[in-house]
Amino acid sequence: MYLTEEKIKKLEIKANDIRQSIIEMLVEAGSGHTAGPLGMTDIFTLFYFHILKHDPKNPLWEERDRLVLSNGHICPVLYATMAHSGYFPVEELKTLRKFGTRLQGHPHREYLPFVENSSGPLGAGLSQAVGMALSDRIDGQDKERFIYCFMSDGEHDEGNIWEGIMLAGKNKLRNLIAIVDRNNIQIDGNTEDVMPLEPIADKWRAFNWHVIEVGGHDFRALNEAVEEAQAIAEKPIVIIAHTIPGKGVRSWERDYKWHGKPPTKEEGEMALKELKDNRPIQNA
Amino acid sequence: MLNPELKLNPKIFNNDVEQIPIRKGFGQGLLFAGEQNKNVVALCGDLTESTQMHFFKEKFPERFIEVGVAEQNLVTTASGMSAMGKIPFVSSYAMFSPGRNWEQIRTTIAYNDRKVVIAGSHAGVSVGPDGGTHQAIEDIALMRVMPNMDVFSPCDSIEAKKGTMVLAKTKSPAYIRLAREKTPVITTEETPFEINKAQIFWMPDVGLADVGIIATGALIHRALLAAKELEKEGIKTKVMNLCSIKPIDEDSILKLAKETKALVTVEEHQIAGGMGSAVAEVVAQNYPVPIEFVGVHDRFGQSGTPDELIEHYGMGKDSIKEAVKKVLSRKI
Repeated sequence: MYLTEEKIKKLEIKANDIRQSIIEMLVEAGSGHTAGPLGMTDIFTLFYFHILKHDPKNPLWEERDRLVLSNGHICPVLYATMAHSGYFPVEELKTLRKFGTRLQGHPHREYLPFVENSSGPLGAGLSQAVGMALSDRIDGQDKERFIYCFMSDGEHDEGNIWEGIMLAGKNKLRNLIAIVDRNNIQIDGNTEDVMPLEPIADKWRAFNWHVIEVGGHDFRALNEAVEEAQAIAEKPIVIIAHTIPGKGVRSWERDYKWHGKPPTKEEGEMALKELKDNRPIQNA
Repeated sequence: MLNPELKLNPKIFNNDVEQIPIRKGFGQGLLFAGEQNKNVVALCGDLTESTQMHFFKEKFPERFIEVGVAEQNLVTTASGMSAMGKIPFVSSYAMFSPGRNWEQIRTTIAYNDRKVVIAGSHAGVSVGPDGGTHQAIEDIALMRVMPNMDVFSPCDSIEAKKGTMVLAKTKSPAYIRLAREKTPVITTEETPFEINKAQIFWMPDVGLADVGIIATGALIHRALLAAKELEKEGIKTKVMNLCSIKPIDEDSILKLAKETKALVTVEEHQIAGGMGSAVAEVVAQNYPVPIEFVGVHDRFGQSGTPDELIEHYGMGKDSIKEAVKKVLSRKI
């Protein structure tokens, strides 16, 4: 669906609000991951507010698209985006990682049934999405909806990922769209130092996937990439989205040290001020 | 005597007792389950005939997924299919599934509460010549410690068939343990079957038993042979078939413990963490009695014939008899 300038401005404002929520919830929790959620905020915002066929008031609507989050540790952005789109109150975000919360440190369906899958251990999400797409094909539903899998670049170190890539390529799953958060960092450092992934696009292509590369913070380009993906009929599709970890807080961007730690109260206040100062203004 | 109410195979003690691999019953049960419910799907890791999924594959090719030699993908893909309302059965050798993919089973099936039935074939040392790498003797322990996971260990092909059909209808994810070799057919189509109920296969002609023997899997045949010989020696036993290791039939186990005040457990598995340990957990907390464990003593398997290996690792008829005599001497 075409994105108007007005809609893009609305998405930018929404993404800014979601980033603020992410920082607030991480400061409150005192633990959790920062860089990945901020880097993926624009993509989550675009999906929940423009692309996904879903109904926050009827989360288990049978005909909905499915969004499998493979790298569960970026769940602050999933929770914040879901709250802002109406799945549960934004206030609840403050309970992240606390005893009794629905917002477990990594997503758990038993506590929050609106998520499609429990996740955390890396490398297992794509195969679940493959299973969903296989089911859709058996049932003749593969033209009715899309199965999206959001995954990290670092988790390509896991063998399970490549097993899933092979099975999807073999079965030419047309309604499966993987989105790789290519932010180039993982816990121990830069991906190309820890375990080089390049040429990552060629690797996917070699496994019989249609590959699209796109900037991860340009709503128009992202939207066009998803539209291209939806138009491919004979293969599964991967969108390699080049994102900036820590995006939105200038001093945190591209620094792998922000992968797995939360901001302190002071760092959070600095970041919130920066985001508020940069919040776009909606034209009347 | 054999429990007359259970209509067991009358030829159990004959040399020419019919022998069928337990895994074959799984294959037949899966085919029937597939006929009864179109949502049943099957996934296999390049062992379709070995795990007897070929019956299903031939009848329902569109509902069969060949995953290749990729056990982690086997179970995670099944989890995704379950999320869409399918009832996936996955099969490989027990050593690889759940041996290699345990964390994926835990997170994407058990923790994720997705109904998937995991069939682990070629369990136990009786795999034989393939040797220790292929002999899963830790799988019961691996699976029974996992919350939300049922563990089913049938004693013969008929029980495997009945259980497989039931597991297509139950709510929890489940593990079904299968063996490669042909083993004696103990039950009949007429034998009553409730998946979570333990059954007494052998009992004294009159009076109470001195020792209770609890067995799972094909070794129950050796337990029955031992019981028959012990009867001639004046030792009265009851032999219980414990096919559901989780959930475990506490009532029946405690009833047997109270009657006999001495138990022997028999399984083709490590003693640590297996069926015997599960029985001990029940007994120790409710009605402590001495227990002797027949199983593998913290060792790996090796090549050999199934009979050689079962004898070598101390799970043969004579080992069971020794264990019964030992626990009798420990009885308070």
